[in-house]
Amino acid sequence: MTTLTLGKALNNGLRKAMEDDPKVVLMGEDIGKLGGVFRITDGLQKDFGEARVVDTPLAEAGILGTAVGLAMRGYRPVCEIQFDGFVFPAYNQIVTQVAKIHARSRGRLPMPITIRIPFGGGIGAVEHHSESPEAYFAHTTGLKVVAVSNPADAYWMLQQAIACPDPVVFFEPKRRYWDKAEVDLDVSPPPLFSSRVVRAGDDLTLLAYGPMVKTALQAAQAAESDGQSIEVIDLRTLSPLDLGPVEESVRRTGRCVVVHEAQTNLGLGAEIAARVTESCFHSLEAPVLRVGGYDVTYPPSKLEEEYLPDLDRVLHVVDRAMGF
Amino acid sequence: MTAVPDVREMVDPVPGAGAPHLPAQPDLVQLLTPEGERVEHPDYALEIGDDELRALYRDLALVRRWDVEATALQRQGELGIWASLLGQEAAQIGAGRALGADDMAFPTYREHGVAWARGVDPLHVISLFRGNDLGGWDPVQLGFNLYTVVIGAQCLHATGYAMGIQRDGADAAALAFLGDGATSQGEVNEALIWASTFDAPVVFFCQNNQYAISVPIERQSKVPLFQRAAGFGFPGVRVDGNDVLAVLAVTRAALARAREGSGPTFIEAFTYRMGAHTTSDDPTRYRLAGELEEWKLRDPIARVKAYLSRSGKADAAFFDAVDAEGDELAVRIRKGTLEMPDPAGTEMFDHVYAEQTEEIAAQRADFLSYHAGFEGAEQ
Repeated sequence: MTTLTLGKALNNGLRKAMEDDPKVVLMGEDIGKLGGVFRITDGLQKDFGEARVVDTPLAEAGILGTAVGLAMRGYRPVCEIQFDGFVFPAYNQIVTQVAKIHARSRGRLPMPITIRIPFGGGIGAVEHHSESPEAYFAHTTGLKVVAVSNPADAYWMLQQAIACPDPVVFFEPKRRYWDKAEVDLDVSPPPLFSSRVVRAGDDLTLLAYGPMVKTALQAAQAAESDGQSIEVIDLRTLSPLDLGPVEESVRRTGRCVVVHEAQTNLGLGAEIAARVTESCFHSLEAPVLRVGGYDVTYPPSKLEEEYLPDLDRVLHVVDRAMGF
Repeated sequence: MTAVPDVREMVDPVPGAGAPHLPAQPDLVQLLTPEGERVEHPDYALEIGDDELRALYRDLALVRRWDVEATALQRQGELGIWASLLGQEAAQIGAGRALGADDMAFPTYREHGVAWARGVDPLHVISLFRGNDLGGWDPVQLGFNLYTVVIGAQCLHATGYAMGIQRDGADAAALAFLGDGATSQGEVNEALIWASTFDAPVVFFCQNNQYAISVPIERQSKVPLFQRAAGFGFPGVRVDGNDVLAVLAVTRAALARAREGSGPTFIEAFTYRMGAHTTSDDPTRYRLAGELEEWKLRDPIARVKAYLSRSGKADAAFFDAVDAEGDELAVRIRKGTLEMPDPAGTEMFDHVYAEQTEEIAAQRADFLSYHAGFEGAEQ
C-alpha cells in the first residue's frame, strides 16, 4: 500500500504503462518539460525521452489526427487534452475518424488511443475550463468512455484504458487531483468496464461517477444520520454502461437517483433512467430522478457552487425520491 | 511591400495546347507537353525505359476505362454514387507509381488511379460506392489507407503515420492526397505545421483540379498553392498534373527526400476535373463549356499515346491490346458488380469495437430474433 494523490496515481499509472509497452507514446500540449498544466506527466519526458513524451504544436485536432496515424503504425498514443473545453477542436477527428476506423476497416485498423480529459468544475477557473462533455462521447458509437473517482482507480483504470484495443475517452476529475488515498499497487484490479458498489445500503441507490462520487458518499453519510440507508455505486464506465450491479441494487432498494455535474438535459442520467425504468419497472417505488447541472451555459466561477450539484442538492432529490 | 500575385494567375493553363493568349507558368514542372513532346527539366531528370512508358500508358488507359464503366453502372442504378477521376489519371498514376512497397498512401475518395497502382481490386472500390461496405481492402497489406471522405482529415493521419516511421527508423514515407478545397481546412494546415516541425517523412500531394465541387480555386487561395509550403518551412513544387512523367519524377524525388530524413514536400499537381464532382453533380451550373474544351487539349492520356506513337515506342497492336484489356476489365467490373452479394444485416454489429460490448451483442441478438419472427424466415 502506498498513499497517492489522484494526480500522482495517474502519473504512476502512465509510467507503468510506458515501462510495460514501448509502443505507448504520450502526446499533448505542455506535457514535456512542464509535465502538463496539472503535472500529470511530470518527469516522464526526462525518463522516456522526447520521442515517447511529445510536446505537440498547439493544435488539438493535430494531436488526435496524428494519433490516428501513429495507431495505424502500431503505436498506442495517449493524448492529453489540456482542459475539457478544449477538446472540441479535436472533436472532428475523434468522432469522424477515431471512433469509426475500426468499423470502416472491418477490424483491420485497431485504434488503441487513450484520450485523457481533465473534466468538471469546482476549481474557480475561467470559462471552458470546468465543463463535463462526457455525454457527447458516450453518444458516439466506436468510443469507450470511463471516468475515475479515486486514486486507486486512477492508477489501474488508466493502465487498463491504454491496454484496451479500442479508443477510450478517459475523464479525470480535476478538482479531485489533489485528493489522497491508499493505493494497492499489487492488487488485481476489477475489469475496466465495470461499475462498483462503494457503499452498501437498503433504501435508495445513488449513482455517480468522477468528481460526484465523493459528493454522493458524503450525501449517503449525511442521510444515515436521518435514518436513511443509501447504497452508492461508482459507475466508472459510461460507455458501455455496466448496469448489472445497478439493477441488482435497484431491485432491492426500489429507488434510484443519478448524479452528475453535466447539465441534466440528455445527460448520462437520462439514458440510465430510461434503462433502469425498463429493467426494474416492477421494483420501482419512485421514478428514477436526476441531479445535475442546470441547462445553462457553464456560469462564471462565482456562481459555480450554485450550478454544481452538492451535498444538499443531492439530499434534496434523495428526499423527493423517498417521498414517493 | 512585396506584391501578392494576382489570383487569376493561378488558373492559367498548362503551357502548350494552343492557348498562347494565356500567360506561361515558369514554375511548372513539365516533361511531356500536351502535344506529346518530351522536354527536359533541370531539376527533374527522368530515366525511364520503354517498357515502363508503355506500362504507364496501360495504367492510364485502364483506370479511365474502369472509371467510365463505374459511371455507367451508377447511371444504371447499380452504384449509389461515383466520384469520377476523369482528367486526373496522370496525377494519380504518376504519384501512385512513385510509391515504394513500404510507403503508405492516404487517399481522399477520388484516388482510384492510386488504388490501381497499389493493387487494390477495383471491385473493392466499387463495393464502397455501391453501398456494400465502408472500405473492403486491407490498408496495411496494400500500403493504401481507406478512402477518407471528411475533407483533409487524412493529412493528419499521414503525418502521424510518418512520425511512426521516424520512431521505427524505417526506410519509408507517407503520401497524403488532398484537393485544392482541402487546403482551406484547419486540419490540413495543422498537418503542414506538424510535418514541418517534426521533419516528418510525409509528402503532401495536392491535386488542384480547379474546383471544390462548384467553388473555384480563387475562393480557397490568394496565392498559388505550392507557394504556401514556404510559409510552413518546406519546399513546394507545382507540377503539370496532366503529365504522368513529370508527376512521377517530382513525387519520386519528394518521397526520396522524405525517406532520407529531409522532411516534407508539398506538391501541387495542376490539373482539371474533366467530369462532374460526382455523379450527383451538374458542372454546367458553374463552369463554361469552353473551359472543358481547352483542357481536353491537355488530356493526360492523349499526350502519352502521341509520344509513344511518334517515337516508335509503341505500335497500333500495343494500343489495340490495351483497348482489349480495358474492355475485359470493364466486363469483369460489370459482372463483379452485378454479382456482388448484399452484406448480411448482422455485419453492421460486428466490427464497431475490437472488444464487442454486451450492449451491441444484445442488439445484434435482438436484430436476429426480430427478423426470425417474420413468416418464412430461415431458422
